[in-house]
Amino acid sequence: MILFDRVVKQYGKNGNLVLDRVTLHVEPKEFVVVVGQSGVGKTTLLRLITREEKPTSGKIVVGGIDYDKLKDKNIPMLRRKIGVVFQDFKLLPNKNVFENVAFALEIVGISSKEIKHTVPKVLDIVNLSGKEKRMPIELSGGERQRVAIARAIVRQPRILIADEPTGNLDPKHAWDVIRVLEKINKYGTTVLLTTHNQEIVNKLKRRVVTISNGRITSDKNVLVGVNNRKKEE
Amino acid sequence: MGRRIITGFRIVHAGIINFVRSISIATAAIAVMVITLTIILFSILTNISFSNTISQITAQIDVSVYLKDSVTQSQTNLLVNNLKHLSDVKSVTYLDKNQVLAQYEAQNSNNTQLLSAISQTANPLPATIIIKPYDLNRISDIKNFLTRPTIASLQSDPPSYSGDRELAINRITHATNILREVGVIAIIVFLVVSALIIFNTIQMTIFNRRDEIQTMRLLGASKSYIRGPFIVESMIYGIVAAGISILLINELFVAASSAFQANSLGILNIGYANTYFDNHFFMFLGLQLVIGIIIGSVSSFIATRRYLKMKIK
Repeated sequence: MILFDRVVKQYGKNGNLVLDRVTLHVEPKEFVVVVGQSGVGKTTLLRLITREEKPTSGKIVVGGIDYDKLKDKNIPMLRRKIGVVFQDFKLLPNKNVFENVAFALEIVGISSKEIKHTVPKVLDIVNLSGKEKRMPIELSGGERQRVAIARAIVRQPRILIADEPTGNLDPKHAWDVIRVLEKINKYGTTVLLTTHNQEIVNKLKRRVVTISNGRITSDKNVLVGVNNRKKEE
Repeated sequence: MGRRIITGFRIVHAGIINFVRSISIATAAIAVMVITLTIILFSILTNISFSNTISQITAQIDVSVYLKDSVTQSQTNLLVNNLKHLSDVKSVTYLDKNQVLAQYEAQNSNNTQLLSAISQTANPLPATIIIKPYDLNRISDIKNFLTRPTIASLQSDPPSYSGDRELAINRITHATNILREVGVIAIIVFLVVSALIIFNTIQMTIFNRRDEIQTMRLLGASKSYIRGPFIVESMIYGIVAAGISILLINELFVAASSAFQANSLGILNIGYANTYFDNHFFMFLGLQLVIGIIIGSVSSFIATRRYLKMKIK
C-alpha cells in the first residue's frame, strides 16, 4: 500500500539530511506507528506521502501510484485518495462541524443528498452526533481532532495518515482519538500514525517503526530497514 | 455538466457564507471600497459638471456673417449649404432682413426713440447668417473660410465673433479645458490608487486566511474550488460598497444643496451635477457595481494566486 525505497530527503545541496535512505513497506489494512523524537523526520515522511514535498532521491509508491510519474496537476486527485489528520487539526474556521466534514465530499462533486446521508453517519463514528452546527472555536481539542478524523475518513480512503494527532490533547482525549483510529483500521483502512507518546505506543501493540536522525533504526517487520541495520553493524 | 452546476452553486454559496461569517474583516475591506468608489464617482460628476459649464460657454459663442442686400437667395442658400458642410460647424441659422429687424426691435423694445427712427427709414439691417461652432479652439477654420475672396465679396461687413468677447472667452475656454483634462487624469489616478488600496486590503484579508487555503489544498480541493469562494466574497464586497457609495453621494447632494444656498460654486454647478446624477442614477449604480465587482474579483484572483502555486520543494 505504501512503499518507500531508499528515500533521501535533503534540504539544499549541502543542507540538513532529514531522511537517509529510508525503506519502508506498509501492507494494506496495516496499522503502523512511526515513533521518534521531534525533528527526526517523522513529519517529513508523511509530507512526502501527501506530496507536499518531493524526495531528493529514491522511489515512493502509494496506493499503486508511482510518484516519479505523478504530474503536479494530478496532486489534488492523489490527495483525495489519502485521508490526513494533522496535529493542529487544520479545521476550516468559517465552517461548522458538518460543513468541515462535508467539504471533503463537496470537492469531489458528491451530491448534496449523499452528503446529508453520509456526514451524520461519520460524525456518529467519531462520537460527535448532535454537534453538527458547532463552529470549531466552540469545540474542545479532542472534539476538534475527531472532526478532523471524520473529515479524513468520510471519503472512505484506503490510507489514513495521522501526524501526531494526540500531540495537543490531554490523555483522555488522546485515547478517544486513538480508539477512533483503531475502529477505522478495523473497517479496512491502512493507518500510518506518528507519535512520540510512549504510552500510546506501548498500549497499542501494533507494528512500530522507529526513526532516529532520519533513519529507520528499528522495525518489527524484517522487510524494512535492512540497509540501515547493516550500517549500524 | 450537472457536477459543474453543483460545483458552481457550492462556490457561490461558500462565498456568501464566508462573507456573512467574516463580517468584521469584510467591514474593513468594504469601508475602503466605499471611500474609493465615492471619490471616483465624485470625480466623474465634477468632470461632467465642468464639461457642462464649458458647453454652456461654447453655446453662447457664435459667428455672425452680414450679407450685402445684393446677394440673391440662391447665393445665400449655396453659402448656407457650404457652411453646413464645414466639419467644425455645429449649426447654421439664416435670418433675412425682416427677421433681423424684428430681432433688433425686440432687443431694443424699451428704446422708443430708436424704434421710431428705424421705422422712418428703409430697413438698414443686413440679412445675417449665424454660425455656431462645435469647438471654440477651432473657430479659426471658420474664419479662414469666411475670409476667402469669393465669400468675403458677399459680405457687407466683416464677420462678428461674438463682439469683443472673443479673447475673454478664449481664456475661459483654455482654463476649463485644463480643468477638464485634470478631471480625467484625476479619475484615472483615483481609479489606479483605489484599485491598489482595495487590492492590498483584500490581499491582507486573504493573507489572514492563507492557512485555510493550505488546508483546502491538502484535502485535495482544486485551485478553482479554493479560489472561487474568495472571488465571490470579494465581489460581494464590491456590490455592497457600490450600494453604500451611491447612497452616500445621494446624501451628499441633499446636504450640499441645503448647505450652499447657491446652485453653483463658481465653475462647479451642483444643481446640474445633482440633476445629472438623478437622471442617470441606474447608469451610475451599474458603473459602481461594475468597478466594484471587477476590482474585487481581480484583486482576490491575484491575491489567492500566490497561495495556490503548486510548487513542491
